[in-house]
Amino acid sequence: MKAEARLLIFLGVFIGIMGIVYGIWSKEWGGTAMLIGTCILGIFPGLYYRWWSKRMGERPEDRDATVEEGAGRIDTFPGSSIWPFTLGMGCWLLVLSLVFGTWFAVIGLPVVMFALAGGTAESRRGGDPVGH
Amino acid sequence: MVDTLERTTAHEDDHGHGGHEEHHGPGGLLNWLTTTDHKVIGMNYTVTSVVMLLIGGAFAMLIRAQLTVPDGAVVSLSKYNELFTMHGSVMIYLFAGPFAFGGLANYMVPIQIGAPDMAFPRLNAFSYWLYLTGSITMLLGFLTASGAANFGWVGYAPLSNAINSPGAGADLWIGALILTGFSAIFTGVNLVATIFYLRAPGMTMFRMPIFTWNMLVTGILILLAFPVLTAGLVMLYADRHFGTHIYDANGGGSPVLWQHIFWFWGHPEVYILALPFFGMVTEIIPVFSRKPLFGYKGMVFATISIAALSTGVWAHHMFTTGVVLLPFFSFMTYLISIPTGMKFFNWIGSMWGGQVRYTAAMLFAIGFLLTFLVGGITGILLASPPLDFFTHDTYFVVAHFHSVVMALVLGAMAGIYYWYPKMTGRFLNERLGKLQFWLLFLGSMVFVMPGYVLGLQGMPRRMAVYIIDPTWQNLNIVSSIGGFMIGISTLIFAVNVISTIKAPKTAGPNPWDAHTLEWFTTSPPPHHNFYSLPNIKSERPTWDYFHPDAPALVHDDHDPSHVPGGAKVDAK
Repeated sequence: MKAEARLLIFLGVFIGIMGIVYGIWSKEWGGTAMLIGTCILGIFPGLYYRWWSKRMGERPEDRDATVEEGAGRIDTFPGSSIWPFTLGMGCWLLVLSLVFGTWFAVIGLPVVMFALAGGTAESRRGGDPVGH
Repeated sequence: MVDTLERTTAHEDDHGHGGHEEHHGPGGLLNWLTTTDHKVIGMNYTVTSVVMLLIGGAFAMLIRAQLTVPDGAVVSLSKYNELFTMHGSVMIYLFAGPFAFGGLANYMVPIQIGAPDMAFPRLNAFSYWLYLTGSITMLLGFLTASGAANFGWVGYAPLSNAINSPGAGADLWIGALILTGFSAIFTGVNLVATIFYLRAPGMTMFRMPIFTWNMLVTGILILLAFPVLTAGLVMLYADRHFGTHIYDANGGGSPVLWQHIFWFWGHPEVYILALPFFGMVTEIIPVFSRKPLFGYKGMVFATISIAALSTGVWAHHMFTTGVVLLPFFSFMTYLISIPTGMKFFNWIGSMWGGQVRYTAAMLFAIGFLLTFLVGGITGILLASPPLDFFTHDTYFVVAHFHSVVMALVLGAMAGIYYWYPKMTGRFLNERLGKLQFWLLFLGSMVFVMPGYVLGLQGMPRRMAVYIIDPTWQNLNIVSSIGGFMIGISTLIFAVNVISTIKAPKTAGPNPWDAHTLEWFTTSPPPHHNFYSLPNIKSERPTWDYFHPDAPALVHDDHDPSHVPGGAKVDAK
């Protein structure tokens, strides 16, 4: 986890320095704001990963390890699911409503709500709790 | 149907029977609609994006046909505006990016790091549906009465406002980019999470294949860049329909702000497009030179520094606006040539002294290097403000970025020829592949070179007609011949793919004697990818497994025998 955190923090710090230099030199606030925002987008998750790397120590994938050390269950997911498709179609209808008229949203919004509810319920049901 | 994602418990010794039962999902169309398997989604992405390549290529053929004569009448002037807009939009938004990070990366990254699937399988499926519907939305513009978007793929304000571009085509373009933008963001999240959390034991960050490294950095760049574009598009839509004046100088807004926002996405986007293809080529060159990669860590640091620098160069697209800080952006742009040059050095170093096998994939990879070099060097010329002022909005710029993107097409073909046996179990025909390579490579060169001359002579881009001048016309005819060669090469590719659809599956797990983990599993890989995994001791686990007596590569920082300053080879 350390290398991951360092990568993000490095990007954030580099872009932050660039943003400060650019802001002072150019006095153009649009670009400066975007650079500082990007800097935060690097540093925040980077610090989060750093915090995690201290909590969880070295995982088998962070060091020399045999295959057996990493074996076991990762997580349980639906093996197939109709909800991504439904949600995608709902979002499409919402976007088309921006172009062709609000009535698309009258269909699209319920589809999106339905798909979000369906997808959430599906993952709450999860899989078989003991694993197999 | 519930799947438990499990890391395999089987070790390499009991090859062939791990702890996985067969996957019983729905079949046929329902499988396509409900799948969460990254391999099926990756295939969907690949096929859809290649269809987009064919559509965008058809637009290009029409454009080149129009330009063979100064007063061409193949299409009307307004249709020409739609064609070049949609050619650029389809190629950039719907082909190059999604092909790389949605298609090949989606398929290969989990397998390369020994993961059973992407970290968020349903989000992965969702991003495909957003991409597909976004693509359809963009193309729907041609079916509306006022035609498709016609303000260029960059959609500059104020040309893209409601007065200058009324009609549904422009709104469909905005809507399509919002959909595909979210699709890209979700794929970026998925790639980063997969690479951070689902690597196999022993697969440290500095043992990941370079393609995976490049996709990780691409994923991060997507997360940095795409939200800016989506926000900009929402503001553009608000300007068009809700009466805001964000990009409207009359209302106190700033049209240049759109350019800042667009290119703040647009320049990282150039590397979002290029890095995956750098990665593919980096996988291919060492395999067909029968050598380990020269300068693994250098390659990784070059990729990271390209990503870091790419966020600070956006306004080199805006030099002629007269309101940007020329020295800053010029200097930052020059800096990018250092890591890119380092990559070239490493690619050549990987071939140096190796036993190079000129398969179709390797030829495409070498073609990528040469074509990208042309695009890269002219890019350095354009980073100089005096030269940029002289050539801005001429065919010089068009030729520059077409050298770059034709290199990406060559890289894409290299990736397809390399991984097609893995994805389908079948080989593409090598002879057709080589024929396609020569047509595509020479066609690209013949197509771009006249553009540099035309640009220096002042031919503006985005014009359906030009002054009657024999030199200009001859150069345009040469360029069009190159364009049609590219078109024919694409048809050969289509024939090649179609003729192998029913071929027997003869590839076997590791036909190229390659290095990385995807070549350890069967072709095509089973559900959840692996029956068993080898122990990962270097960045070449498959090679180590099949060549136990070859000297081992040691890169690990934790290894006491590690010597700072590079790879160390020691006998086992």
